[in-house]
Amino acid sequence: MSASLLSLRNVSAYYGSVAALRGVDLDVNEGEIVTLIGANGAGKSTLMMTVFGAPRARSGSISFAGEDITARPTHEIARLGLAQSPEGRRVFPRMSVQENLQMGAALHGGRYFAQDLDKVCTLFPRLKERLSQRAGTMSGGEQQMLAIGRALMSRPRLLMLDEPSLGLAPLVVKQIFSAISALNREEGMTIFLVEQNAYHALKLAHRGSVLVNGRITLSGPARALLDDPSIKAAYLEGGHAPAAAVGEGV
Amino acid sequence: MDVFVQQLINGLTLGSIYGLIAIGYTMVFGIIGMVNFAHGDVFMVSTFIALISFLVLTALGISSVALAFLAVLVITMALTALWGFSVERIAYRPLRGSFRLAPLISAIGVSIFLSNFVQVAQGARNKALPSMLDGGLTLFERDGYAVTLSYKQILIMAVTSVLLLGFWYLVQRTPFGRAQRACEQDRKMAALLGIDVDRTISLTFVLGAVLAAVAGLLYLLYYGVVSFSDGFVPGVKAFTAAVLGGIGSLPGAVIGGLIIGLIETFWSAYFSIEYKDVAAFSILAIVLIFMPSGLLGRAEVEKV
Repeated sequence: MSASLLSLRNVSAYYGSVAALRGVDLDVNEGEIVTLIGANGAGKSTLMMTVFGAPRARSGSISFAGEDITARPTHEIARLGLAQSPEGRRVFPRMSVQENLQMGAALHGGRYFAQDLDKVCTLFPRLKERLSQRAGTMSGGEQQMLAIGRALMSRPRLLMLDEPSLGLAPLVVKQIFSAISALNREEGMTIFLVEQNAYHALKLAHRGSVLVNGRITLSGPARALLDDPSIKAAYLEGGHAPAAAVGEGV
Repeated sequence: MDVFVQQLINGLTLGSIYGLIAIGYTMVFGIIGMVNFAHGDVFMVSTFIALISFLVLTALGISSVALAFLAVLVITMALTALWGFSVERIAYRPLRGSFRLAPLISAIGVSIFLSNFVQVAQGARNKALPSMLDGGLTLFERDGYAVTLSYKQILIMAVTSVLLLGFWYLVQRTPFGRAQRACEQDRKMAALLGIDVDRTISLTFVLGAVLAAVAGLLYLLYYGVVSFSDGFVPGVKAFTAAVLGGIGSLPGAVIGGLIIGLIETFWSAYFSIEYKDVAAFSILAIVLIFMPSGLLGRAEVEKV
């Protein structure tokens, strides 16, 4: 059960001549929740996008389910079974909620749409009430639920979530995190979670890594990271404070 | 009143043709944010393809007008689609990701190339099509002025309406249309969902060219004469229609086309035919002063 599903080996990526990732090694095993924490600008979202080839890794290799995807076009990578709820949510603002979810299911040609729609609506009942609303007019929390739901509609083998808690009310954050945990527990969904909200993320995850200036500085079981004094100091200032304790200190 | 109704019919006919061309401008702008200045010339090429197909079919001895029309329609749509596809592939795709003006300059280059190519290949003189589908219905007659609706006008309006309905269905209700709109709103996100963005853009150009081809065939039937320079003025008018309706908006393109067609014909009838273009462009300027994003264009503000 612990075969590596996604693995990055010595991956570097650049924006022009600026290095955003420097020799990153990372593994996500089947059935796990792995989290990557780090401050603003550490390269977390870049790492998420580099897996999809945008920007393309300039050196190193990325493989998914044993297949080398380093040089594959973005849409082909998605079709292998990776889905992402990206930074900023990026729902299609002038489409209805239902159409957004249909876009998530597009790579299966809509074969499982009805069935998967039910599932997503059970996970996020709010979406069910708003199927015909234009996505751009929804609140941030609802858009986040839609972005995750849209990713799930593709029946991914690996679900990648980029800061699902960003800018949301604590209560909504709680809802979303419990949905993520339920997905993993009940369906064995493998999840790669990028977060600034280190406390919540580490509580949820099996393993974690810390990204600082494009380098992984620390990796290990999530429990151990939660108790690590250096992490406490940098990302969990004020001890185990809830939602608000988002470290910007690095 | 009689003159008014007659001009209304004429204006709607002309407007239908502009509307069909305008959709090509607006769709391409919607998806890659670029004004495809070669689109008018693709339209012009399609009029020649239609003309040549008609002549070939006639030479082959096909005498049924309906059959010939259908065959020419299919041939023109197919060949023009190929032109649209090639233009995107050769002149625009390699420049994607380059600076913003590069594809625009490339488009102007393609436009010049196409009109010169047709001029060299077909000659600079006007080409005429033997008149067909003559006659029409007299709607009413008063004081010796007959208001008529010609068969050609009926054909143009009917074909345009059917095509627009089909096209609306394609964009709003099919998976391809959804993918197309998704690319329009966020190309990167569409790719993350497994949509082949390059292919979607290609198909958008093909669709625009197909609509231009239909417009080209109808234009040829209506006027009976085409020339290598016919890409320019109808092209600019259709572009104006797209901007007037709100560039990026499909219904806007059609409404803009009809408005431009109506202004032009009414101005010619009641004022002076020499200034019909001035009238059309003045309306554009006036509308843009009060509604900078066009009649149906959306304002650039969006909740994030």
